[in-house]
Amino acid sequence: MNDKIKIAVRGLRKSFGSKAVLDGVDFDLREGESLVIIGGSGTGKSVTVKCILGLMQPDAGSIRIDGVEATKLSSGERFRMLRKFGMLFQGAALFDSLPVWENVAFGLIQGQGMARARARDIAIEKLAAVGLGAEVAKLSPAALSGGMQKRVGLARAIAAEPEIIVFDEPTTGLDPIMADVINDLIVKVVKDRGTTAISITHDMASTRKIADRVAMIYKGRIIWSDTVDRIDHSGNEFVEQFIHGRAEGPIRMEIRAL
Amino acid sequence: MLDFVASIGRIFIGFLQGTGRFALFTIEGVSHCFRPPIYPRLIGRQLIDMGFYSLPVVGLTALFTGMVLALQAHTGFSFAAETGVAIIVVLSVTRELGPVIAGLMVAGRIGAAIAAEIGTMRVTDQIDALSTLSTNPYKYLVVPRLIAGTIALPCLVFIADVVGVFGGFLVGTYSLDYNPSSFLGVMMDNVATDDVASGLVKSAVFGFIVALMGCYHGYHSRGGAQGVGAATTYAVVSGSIMILLTDYLMTALFFSS
Repeated sequence: MNDKIKIAVRGLRKSFGSKAVLDGVDFDLREGESLVIIGGSGTGKSVTVKCILGLMQPDAGSIRIDGVEATKLSSGERFRMLRKFGMLFQGAALFDSLPVWENVAFGLIQGQGMARARARDIAIEKLAAVGLGAEVAKLSPAALSGGMQKRVGLARAIAAEPEIIVFDEPTTGLDPIMADVINDLIVKVVKDRGTTAISITHDMASTRKIADRVAMIYKGRIIWSDTVDRIDHSGNEFVEQFIHGRAEGPIRMEIRAL
Repeated sequence: MLDFVASIGRIFIGFLQGTGRFALFTIEGVSHCFRPPIYPRLIGRQLIDMGFYSLPVVGLTALFTGMVLALQAHTGFSFAAETGVAIIVVLSVTRELGPVIAGLMVAGRIGAAIAAEIGTMRVTDQIDALSTLSTNPYKYLVVPRLIAGTIALPCLVFIADVVGVFGGFLVGTYSLDYNPSSFLGVMMDNVATDDVASGLVKSAVFGFIVALMGCYHGYHSRGGAQGVGAATTYAVVSGSIMILLTDYLMTALFFSS
């Protein structure tokens, strides 16, 4: 990790109708750093990440990636900028019309115009890096378990060796052992290669394992941010309640009477 | 009273928003058809799906349409006899029934499949995944379907014309006992290149409409399985209505003089 700011987010706002989901999100992400954004459902974690990736246009605010203002890019510039990113989706989001190897090699073939034979070799290499054998390459994504799909999604995210990887709920829906396997793989691919990473999760075991720094989002704002080793001594009652999973505390769930 | 006016206003604004969104989607989709990269492999795959695999349903429909038309013309226009039946069959099939029936069948078969496939990709984040892999979803998903639809339907309709006329010929000669050579001669004498060409032009427009409606409703589907189901229904219904509407407009344009 160094001091160069890779992503700088300032005053990010996004509303859907009258509901303000992001209400002025600010944070910096340094090169080689692994930032985990924690927070409850509906607090704006996914919307923040979608705005950074340009999948959603913010109403106001600034997102600078390597010093370039990302919110004002044209469509072509945005797709070129996205070559810096790899993304692991919550449900893996594998293309079910393509075999596993083509999913992994997709960015190389379609995004970079690489020859299919060379891209296939790289795909098998990346599958091996996430613990999957070459025999999986020809299978359809539908033939894989949830954990295997996540691993293929991870292989796809790292296939083009991106500068920044985004992990959206990487362990959600997995059993604890498979979740730990995925966490180890994330640590391996991120920390070994010095890749910048931004993850969103509410899995605290995952957070403790993959984060250098943690930011908590609540009601569309970052309310606390510090290094992961400070999370148990945050002095923030919202963070305390969240990391211990307490029903009682300042965070009130919006539950309507039946 | 104020609530009533407000609700009418909301409906009107919603209609304008929907129309604007559809117009922007169409412009964006069409503009990408003329800008690289184009994916020939995907266009080929769509041509096979839309064209080759639609042949049985379109062929059967055209065959029975031609057969029914000959029977109806014979019973309904008894004064017309052999000449009238042959002319009715050949002109109805080439100018109108071939393109419209093939268009409606393809709207049901392909429009629904496109909306379901793209809609499922939308609700499972696969379209967002395309973007993060530096691939424009319009170029990868929409353009191949628009191009394939515009090419495949005229090919299907040409075959439907031949099969439909053949169906009329079968009924005319085997069931109604018309003379085969004179029945065929009357058909050939009374069909002009413009009759077939107008049908093929119509069908190219219908193919574009079917693909566009499937892509548009699939691309904007929301809310899981229910949203995908709704998108599929909208794609078929709006595609069918648009086919009938544009058919009227093009018929008025081609044959008004």
